[in-house]
Amino acid sequence: MNAEAINALCAGNPRAVARAISAVERGGAEARAVIAAIFRHTGRAHIIGVTGAPGTGKSTLVNEIAKYYRRRGQRVGIVAVDPTSPFSGGAILGDRLRMQDLAGDSGVFIRSMATRGSLGGLAAATADAVRVLDAAGFAVVLIETVGAGQNEVDIAKNAQTTLVVEAPGLGDDIQAIKAGILEIADVLVVNKADRDEASATVAALEMNLNLKPQTEDAWRPPVLRTVALTGQGIAEVAEEIGKHRAFLETHGLRQARERARIRAELERVVQHELLARLVRGVNGDKIETLVAQVAARELDIYAAAEQLIHVA
Amino acid sequence: MAERPIRVLIAKPGLDGHDRGAKVVARALRDAGMEVIYTGIRQTPEMIAEAALQEDVDVVGLSILSGAHLDLFPRIVAQMRQKQLDDVLLVCGGIIPDEDMAMLKQMGFSGVFGPGTSTQEIAKFIRAEIGQKRGAVAA
Repeated sequence: MNAEAINALCAGNPRAVARAISAVERGGAEARAVIAAIFRHTGRAHIIGVTGAPGTGKSTLVNEIAKYYRRRGQRVGIVAVDPTSPFSGGAILGDRLRMQDLAGDSGVFIRSMATRGSLGGLAAATADAVRVLDAAGFAVVLIETVGAGQNEVDIAKNAQTTLVVEAPGLGDDIQAIKAGILEIADVLVVNKADRDEASATVAALEMNLNLKPQTEDAWRPPVLRTVALTGQGIAEVAEEIGKHRAFLETHGLRQARERARIRAELERVVQHELLARLVRGVNGDKIETLVAQVAARELDIYAAAEQLIHVA
Repeated sequence: MAERPIRVLIAKPGLDGHDRGAKVVARALRDAGMEVIYTGIRQTPEMIAEAALQEDVDVVGLSILSGAHLDLFPRIVAQMRQKQLDDVLLVCGGIIPDEDMAMLKQMGFSGVFGPGTSTQEIAKFIRAEIGQKRGAVAA
């Protein structure tokens, strides 16, 4: 992308934004150039993650939350992630289907992303796509993860405020005390709260929160009821997001989280880059030989790795 | 630069609510390794062009059964031109009389697929067309 395109991007031009997201998705030198050019314009948006099991109503909730911020004049960017087929490499990206209320509003930009083999609930380029929207001046960026099970917790590293969406009837109270996705929630949302078992779900989540020893100045995730289809409860969700944001600021946690995120990302990039260089530097036959030796149980995997690092 | 999967927007303009065909095609293109953005029924020309722009798609596929294609499709093409989406491959399918095919091709639709077209044929067509476009850009 040239300087003109970068300027257009930072001015919020939708075509420039769309192209830049494609570039960071492709990766490689062009992706690096885009990030290098926009990086100092990032760090302004409030990044909100929305995660939860398939069918809990994440997309509909995102649609309603976006409408809430639009009514207050804030520009909203949305990155919606859906899974890539492990067999064909293709994907159905269907989140826009539930966000049609936002069509025709130039203050909203929606981008669907496929995971392209990445685990953890996001695509590898999701963080960079969010940076593009941030640089383009979207004050709020919502990230919707793939339908998450129990362990897709990468969103907590990418968002400043994480919403975990539950729906009634998905599990008993033992599910609520398991480790994983519920632990990353800053705000818990019980959607489809007009259904019968909603109170039981809210009670199970509250009980789980009560089991955790409360410290004076820790954030306690609120448990909220919504009916995203009618917009019921959305104002309360937005209010709690605002409170959480203020809490992060007053407790110096915004910077602390930012640093933790940067450190994790730096480590990931270095790991990836070192591995790529190492593999480039080693004769392909050597790797094949080691693989064969491990397969024949002549070497264990750690010894083989040691040898590989040694020859490089 | 690595090749990205072909990105396709599947949309149903107009008022007919029968999206079975569109879903079958979406699913088939997924199985052919493409990323399919599915936007569903009752899309206005503005919505379709906006989604194509934001999603930076290679292909827009329109499904229509209502008979309003000669009214709606030119408006979609005009909206897309206005957004400078001239390089996006346009295809369509549904209930489209033979005598309209020439007009649609003239309008910019490279592929017009009537009832009975196999989904593999559609996937093959898209792959060939996009392969050619990408080859031309690279050359």
